[in-house]
Amino acid sequence: MREQGIGASVRRKEDQRFLLGKGRYTDDINVAGQTHAYFLRSPHAHAVIEGIDTSAAAAAPGVVAVLTGDDLAADGIGPLICGVTVTSDDGEPHRAPAHPALAQGKVNHVGDHVAIVIAETLTQAQDAAELVDVKYRPLPAVSSTGDAAGEGQQQIHDVAPNNVCFNWPFGDKAANDEAFASAHKISSIELTNNRMVTNPMEPRAALGEYNSGTEEITLHMTTQNPHVHRLVLAAFNQLAPEHKLRVVGPDVGGGFGAKIFVYAEELVVGWACRKINRPVKWTGDRSEAFMADAHGRDHVSRAEMALDENGGFLAMRVHTTANLGAYLSTFSTMVPSYLYAFLLAGQYATPLIYSEVKAVFTNTAPVDASRGAGRPEATYLLERLVDVCAADMGLDPAEIRRRNFIPKDAFPYQTPVVQCYDSGDYEAALDQAMELADYAGFAARAEEARSRGKLRGIGFSSYVEACGIAPSAAVGQLGGGVGLWESAQVRFNPTGNVQVFTGTHSHGQGHETTFAQLVCDQLGVPFENIEVIHGDTARTQFGMGTYGSRSLAVGGVAIAKACDKLIAKGRKIAAHAMEAAEGDIEFADGNYTVAGTDKSMNIAEVAFTAYVPHNYPEGVEPGFDENAFFDPMNFSFPAGTHICEVEVDPDTGEVEIADYTAVDDFGRLVNPMIVEGQVHGGIVHGIGQALLEGCRYDSDGQLVTASFMDYAMPRADNAPDFRIGYAPTDPPHNPLGVKGCGEAGAIGAPPAVINAIANAIGARHVEMPATPETVWRACQSAA
Amino acid sequence: MYSFSYHRPASVAEAANLIANAADGKLVAGGQTLLPTMKHRLASPSDVIDLGAIAELGGIVVNGNIVTIGAMTPHAEVAASGEVQEAIPALAALAGNIGDPAVRNRGTIGGSIANNDPAADYPAAVIALGATVRTNRREIAGGDFFTGMFETALEEDEIIVAVDFPRPEAAAYMKFENPASRYAIVGVFIARTAGGARAAVTGATDCAHRAYRMEEALAKDFSPAALADFQAPVDRMNADIHASAEYRAHLVRVMAQRAVAACA
Ligand SMILES: Cc1cc2nc3c(=O)[nH]c(=O)nc-3n(C[C@H](O)[C@H](O)[C@H](O)COP(=O)(O)OP(=O)(O)OC[C@H]3O[C@@H](n4cnc5c(N)ncnc54)[C@H](O)[C@@H]3O)c2cc1C
Repeated sequence: MREQGIGASVRRKEDQRFLLGKGRYTDDINVAGQTHAYFLRSPHAHAVIEGIDTSAAAAAPGVVAVLTGDDLAADGIGPLICGVTVTSDDGEPHRAPAHPALAQGKVNHVGDHVAIVIAETLTQAQDAAELVDVKYRPLPAVSSTGDAAGEGQQQIHDVAPNNVCFNWPFGDKAANDEAFASAHKISSIELTNNRMVTNPMEPRAALGEYNSGTEEITLHMTTQNPHVHRLVLAAFNQLAPEHKLRVVGPDVGGGFGAKIFVYAEELVVGWACRKINRPVKWTGDRSEAFMADAHGRDHVSRAEMALDENGGFLAMRVHTTANLGAYLSTFSTMVPSYLYAFLLAGQYATPLIYSEVKAVFTNTAPVDASRGAGRPEATYLLERLVDVCAADMGLDPAEIRRRNFIPKDAFPYQTPVVQCYDSGDYEAALDQAMELADYAGFAARAEEARSRGKLRGIGFSSYVEACGIAPSAAVGQLGGGVGLWESAQVRFNPTGNVQVFTGTHSHGQGHETTFAQLVCDQLGVPFENIEVIHGDTARTQFGMGTYGSRSLAVGGVAIAKACDKLIAKGRKIAAHAMEAAEGDIEFADGNYTVAGTDKSMNIAEVAFTAYVPHNYPEGVEPGFDENAFFDPMNFSFPAGTHICEVEVDPDTGEVEIADYTAVDDFGRLVNPMIVEGQVHGGIVHGIGQALLEGCRYDSDGQLVTASFMDYAMPRADNAPDFRIGYAPTDPPHNPLGVKGCGEAGAIGAPPAVINAIANAIGARHVEMPATPETVWRACQSAA
Repeated sequence: MYSFSYHRPASVAEAANLIANAADGKLVAGGQTLLPTMKHRLASPSDVIDLGAIAELGGIVVNGNIVTIGAMTPHAEVAASGEVQEAIPALAALAGNIGDPAVRNRGTIGGSIANNDPAADYPAAVIALGATVRTNRREIAGGDFFTGMFETALEEDEIIVAVDFPRPEAAAYMKFENPASRYAIVGVFIARTAGGARAAVTGATDCAHRAYRMEEALAKDFSPAALADFQAPVDRMNADIHASAEYRAHLVRVMAQRAVAACA
């Protein structure tokens, strides 16, 4: 292994600039003649707009333009789209209401975009926005997920009767019912998966510039996927032809899913800069992020398991109502369907699974993918249900899992819910986690806690996720509108250093380091001579971006393939230069060697020769620069077991995470330090969902948790030190042997925490977020 | 934020003059409450008078049994003060647990009590310790200072200069934190003084208040057990997404018992 190659915990290159405050985020970029935009938003959850009078605002000091939905429609811009089709039980595609980027006649959630006010300064824009006279006729609002499709509810969109977007059954219901009819026991649970505000540290922002000479729009913005933004903005929103639109995602301060989507603001800024022929900047504030970023989760579910007399899982059935908010965000329909129901097998060999998902509209912000996206919802439901099964059968929670695991010799394993798991050893992870967590010593720890008046509990979560998103063919079959390959270009410069262009985007994940390690390892080029470039459609050839833990598993492989092509080409050049047969040339550690001799040539010399081809093989193109695309054959399936120990104060209901163990199978680790950071962050994200974060709207559709004063994010003191282990298996479909790690913690943690609390207080279930009052009440009723 | 005129006087007299002559003036201390309100355009003072350059408003002085804390003293300074830690450790601890480091380095005792947020910590200490609030016009007994939600006995344009805390025999503050803001959902301050037990509750109702029934129970028996049957009135408790009235009433008893135990 090279010192800075695969497997080394190399310190992150990018931290040099981040830690010194030298990062360059969208809001850091200022251009000559720049104007400032402010979005006027709906204060109502649901209202008809009877009129908008912009005249006073337009006449206010410093105002350049006040634009509304009518202006947008007149220019044929938009509407916003949802890119994945789900077929409803009536055979029709999901109901897709119009989603104008600026309201046309109606607003459907608090924070919905009504107008853009553009002025010389932001303050002038804000002052003028107060002068826009919008006549609203408020309508009753729908905000409850569980009730949205109920009798007598206010209708939100004409195209969606009963506020239903789709009803999506999946599985063999008859066979499932039969298994339930003959079951030894049926265990069941009802639960909600709490709505979360994704809250990346940097709010969304956009800077649009129009060059009237070239008719090109340049849009700097907070994006996880610049090429996807460009594609959708060009092909579906008519912002500009693809070749006349440049999207740049400079440094981006976290995404967690929220910056995947095509939102109104970025589109409107891109359009407005051309309309007024001046640069337009918009930087969202935290209040706007709460109101208008896509939220995550928000399910209400019921699940049942049919068990045999040994606690074996015979069949499972699930009913879920998923809240999609007021409009369909870009990938929203996919989250509670394909990314959810297809993960319901978990780590278990349950032969029959039947699920029904009802997706509903409400007068709340749109809901879409957020770290884990569908998989945390599936895992939480399943892993809670498994604990209830264990309690009903009088089995140890580890034992019931073990009895039902897919055995390690059964891979590849076809689940009843589409996914075919390629590799795994679930028992190995469970065993290692139990060892690390000292499961055997738990009873003594609980006893000691009791002497201090605390209730100590332990909880398991054995999860599997599908990531490395995704095989394009599978996505297409399911109704997705895109291909999900990844692309890379690896370019040697004549002086021997290397530029790696990747279509993924790093917004905290450390790609500049990890990908440089890959190239360092494969090409034998010194780590410091490798620069990873991403995030600019004008610099990077192509890409589908970063989400679904895909960057290394898909994007990394594309880089490796481009490196393979370089190595192959270099072999020809080296053979010619060293006057040997191509077949006699061996490549290792950056050197081409003539087998059995000491004749050798470094890859940097080969690169130089390729650019200065004075003595060069016939028929070989000059240059040392290769492109590659990679489209995986299958998803990758990271998995693991997490064990959480909590202590509950029964007098107040406060929960302290006393210990936390995670043993994960991510395949091969390129940079263990970065992986560990992702695991820590993911677990804390999951602890946040389990204990703290709950986005709440009141019955009028007002957002009650609209700031950090009311919406509790996890902080360092909410988490203990972690015990981290790995139980890797080799994924046969992935040439690098990697599986992805960015979402695992957020998927694994919530059920581990809640199972521990339920165990501590002897309750069948405790809802998330398990706030002190929730837990205190559960203690009262358990007592 | 709307535009305003900014002033930075060097004396209390000058500040008093400025605020009296402003159309709609506001004093700013640490700005931790006022500035967010202005940024959200919920306040639009014509003039902002910054108390930050007035030397006579700063500092901590112990004189016999009285600890005097200048109005502009930030929470972090109170928390770190050796004098306060020695004389009234519960007060130093209270200050050290307000908000987060940024808030503690900017937020001041004067701003906190003038604002009188129903979930603020200092009001419980001012009441339970029988402190005296000194202004540029008069002295106000701690028990009379907090008159209602965000309301105080301060007259218009009156400036808090300092707070005098008498040293108790023992004292403790127990706070149940809001998980998001980390303000008090319920905070109970208990003091054992020469004049008997004193108790104050914050966070639970619309305004921090003295808990006379608790004091009566503790007068007979200064022990956690004496409060075992204490019932805070549920119908007067605040209720919000973080805690129901019933839960708050429960927490008042639990925090009070813990504070009494910590006084021992
Ligand atoms: C994130 C966050 C968390 C917080 N957590 C807590 C907490 O846990 N516990 C808690 O108790 N507090 C908390 N606070 C409040 C904080 O402690 C400050 O004490 C409070 O914001 C007011 O103090 P300030 O000095 O910032 O006052 P400012 O914001 O400057 O002023 C507040 C008000 O007081 C008036 N005022 C200021 N000084 C004087 C004076 N000398 N005379 C008369 N009037 C005056 C001002 O005119 C204004 O109306 C928190 C605040 C934030 C932002």
